[in-house]
Amino acid sequence: MFKKILIANRGEIAVRIIRACREMGIATVAVYSDVDRAALHVSKSDEAYPIGPAPAAESYLRMDKILDVAKRSGAEAIHPGYGFLSENAKFAQACADAGVKFIGPTPHSMKLMGSKTSARQEMEKAGVPFVPGTSRGLASAEEGEQVAERVGYPVMLKAAAGGGGKGMRLVHTRQELRSALESAQSEAQRSFGDSEVYIEKAIVNPRHIEMQVLADEHGNTVWLGERECSIQRRHQKVLEEAPSPIVDPDMRRRMGEVAVKVAQAANYTNAGTVEFLVDREKNFYFLEMNTRLQVEHPVTELTTGLDLVHLQIRIASGEKLPFTQSGVGIRGHAIECRIYAEDPDNNYFPSPGKITVLLSPSGPGIRRDSGMYEGWNVPMDYDPLLAKLIGYGTDRQQAIMRLQRALYEYFVAGIKTNISLFQRILRDADFQVGKLDTGYLDRLLAKNNQAATSHAPEPQFEAMETIAAIAAGMFAVLDPASPVSKNGNTVGPASVPSNWKQKGRSEALR
Amino acid sequence: MVYEVIVGGKPHRLELEKAVGGWECRLNGQPVHIDAVITRRDVLSLLVDGHAYEIKREQTATDLHLWVGSTRFAVELRDPRSLRSRQHAAGDEKGPRKILAPMPGRVVRLLVAENSEVEAGQGIVVVEAMKMQNEIKSPKKGVVKKILATPGAAVNPGDVLAIVE
Repeated sequence: MFKKILIANRGEIAVRIIRACREMGIATVAVYSDVDRAALHVSKSDEAYPIGPAPAAESYLRMDKILDVAKRSGAEAIHPGYGFLSENAKFAQACADAGVKFIGPTPHSMKLMGSKTSARQEMEKAGVPFVPGTSRGLASAEEGEQVAERVGYPVMLKAAAGGGGKGMRLVHTRQELRSALESAQSEAQRSFGDSEVYIEKAIVNPRHIEMQVLADEHGNTVWLGERECSIQRRHQKVLEEAPSPIVDPDMRRRMGEVAVKVAQAANYTNAGTVEFLVDREKNFYFLEMNTRLQVEHPVTELTTGLDLVHLQIRIASGEKLPFTQSGVGIRGHAIECRIYAEDPDNNYFPSPGKITVLLSPSGPGIRRDSGMYEGWNVPMDYDPLLAKLIGYGTDRQQAIMRLQRALYEYFVAGIKTNISLFQRILRDADFQVGKLDTGYLDRLLAKNNQAATSHAPEPQFEAMETIAAIAAGMFAVLDPASPVSKNGNTVGPASVPSNWKQKGRSEALR
Repeated sequence: MVYEVIVGGKPHRLELEKAVGGWECRLNGQPVHIDAVITRRDVLSLLVDGHAYEIKREQTATDLHLWVGSTRFAVELRDPRSLRSRQHAAGDEKGPRKILAPMPGRVVRLLVAENSEVEAGQGIVVVEAMKMQNEIKSPKKGVVKKILATPGAAVNPGDVLAIVE
C-alpha cells in the first residue's frame, strides 16, 4: 500500500480524497494555486505546495509542476480527482515515466476512450449496442446524407474529440445537413484542434443513465449499478440518483454486463463509468466511457455500501478486488444535489465571492461532501461546484423527504447558490413519479416562470410574505451591522432613530 | 419605527414598537405581537403568535432576499420618512441609475459607448466569472452618462460599472 499520495485537484473532490487517505493511514500532499491558499483541501492535507497563479492552465493543469511536487514530497501515487488532468492520457503517461502511480486507468485505455470515434470502432468490434450511425469521421456531406437516409432523421453531428456540446449539431432535414456539417467541423477544429465529425441518429429527449464499473489489474471487472443523470442544464448534470426510477433488476443486469464488456474491450482498470442513452422503449445505447471517478459517485457508494475512493487506491496499489459480482448488492435509494455558486435570479450565472454565513444540514440519511466553509472567498477562476448534498433512504420517497428536510436547513449567504432550485425539482410532480429526460430541467424552469406570473399565489404563500415583511423590519431594527445598500433600495439602521448608531459609535471609540 | 417593505413587488406598511416581552407590530394596520432575536449573523428567530420561524437573510451589494422556510422572497426596505429613500423611490424612473457589478469578475468588453441611448434590459457591459460571460443590463431606458468599467479590469460586487440617466 502507498504511504503518501498527491491529490492533483482542488475543491470538494480533493477534500473527499484526502479524507479517504486519512481513513487508510496514507499521508496526503495537496497542491494549490495562488487564490487557493485558504482553500479547505490545503488545511485538511498533511503537506501542501503552491503550483502557480490562479488560471488552471498555469497551475492545476501544469503536469511538470505537479510531478515536481510529487518528486520533492516523495508521493508514490497521484489521484487526479475529476476534471483538470483526470482524463489526460499524456499526464497518465508522464506519471508512469516519472515512476509515480496514476490512480486511474492506463494511458492506452484513456486514449482509446478519449476519441468518440475510436471508442465506437472498438465497441462495434466488441458487439456493444451504440446509437446507429458511423464510427468514423465523415469524409463528405454526401456520405452524411446517405447515412442519415439509412438511420432516419433527425440526426446528430458530433465532434470525435468533443465534449460539452461543442462541435455538435442537431439536423432535422437533408437540406440542413451540408451547412450544419461544415459549421460543426469548423467549430470542432477551433475547439479541439481536430475537425473529425461523425454522425448518429438523434434520440429525442433521451434519458441519460450511466453504469459504474470497477476493474482491478488482475482481469476482474464488476459493475456497481446505474445512476440516473437525466437532470441536466447546459450539458451539466445538476441532480443524480441511484438506482434509476425506470431500471428494473433485469435491465440493470443487462446494462451492467454491457458496461463490463465495454471496460474489458478497452483493457480498462480502476474506476470508470459507461454512459448510455436510453430511449422511450428503454433501449439503451453506448454513448461514451468516462475514465475517471465521477462527481456523482456518492450515490453509488450509498446504495452499494462501498467506498469507491478506497477501492481505487487499493486497485492502484495492485490489490485484487475484494469481492465478485455476486457480492454486489443494491440497497435503498440515494439522490445527489450539486450545490453550485449560481444566481437563480440571473439565469443561474456563476456567483463567486465571500461566504458570510453557512448553515449546514446533517442528521439521518444525509451526506455532505463540501469544499466550502464560512468566511471562505469562492474564487472566480474555477468550476462553480461548492458541495454535494446527498440524501439516502430506504426507498426513493424517503430519500426525497430527507433531502427536502436537509435543504430546508441548508443556508449559504454572501454568494448566491442554486439551493432553491432543488426544492423546486423535489416537489415537482414529474420528478416525483420519475418522469425524466434530458429536456426535463429546461421544461421545469420554463413552467415555473410561467406559473409565477399566471397563477394567483396560494394563501399560505401570502402568509409567508407577511412574515418576510415583518422579518425585514426586525432585521433592520436588531442588526446594527446591516449595511446600507449602495443603490438605496434597502435602508439599514442609518435611517433608524439612532440609539444603535450611538451605541455603535461609542463602542468603536472605546 | 415605520418602514415600507416591498416583498416580491408588493408594498406593506410596517410599524414596530418595543413592548414588554417583544415588539408591538402593525402590518398594514393589523396589530400583531411578535418576538425576535438574531441567533447568529443573518439568521433571525421570529415568534408570531406562538408560531416559530427561522428567517435567513441573503444580502448582497445589489439586493436583499429573505428565506422563510424553503421560500425565498425578494425584499426592499424603505423608511418612508427618509428623504433619501423617497428620492430613490422616485429616481427609479427619472434620475441617474448606477449599474453595479453583481458578483466579482473581470470586465470582458463594453457593449455601448458613453452618451449612447439604451433601452431597458439592453446589455451594457460583459463581465466574466467562473468561465461564463454575463451581460450586465440597463435597468431603464435612457442615456449612458458614464462608463466606469474598463475591459480587462477586475471588479468587486457593488462596484459601479456605468451610470444610465
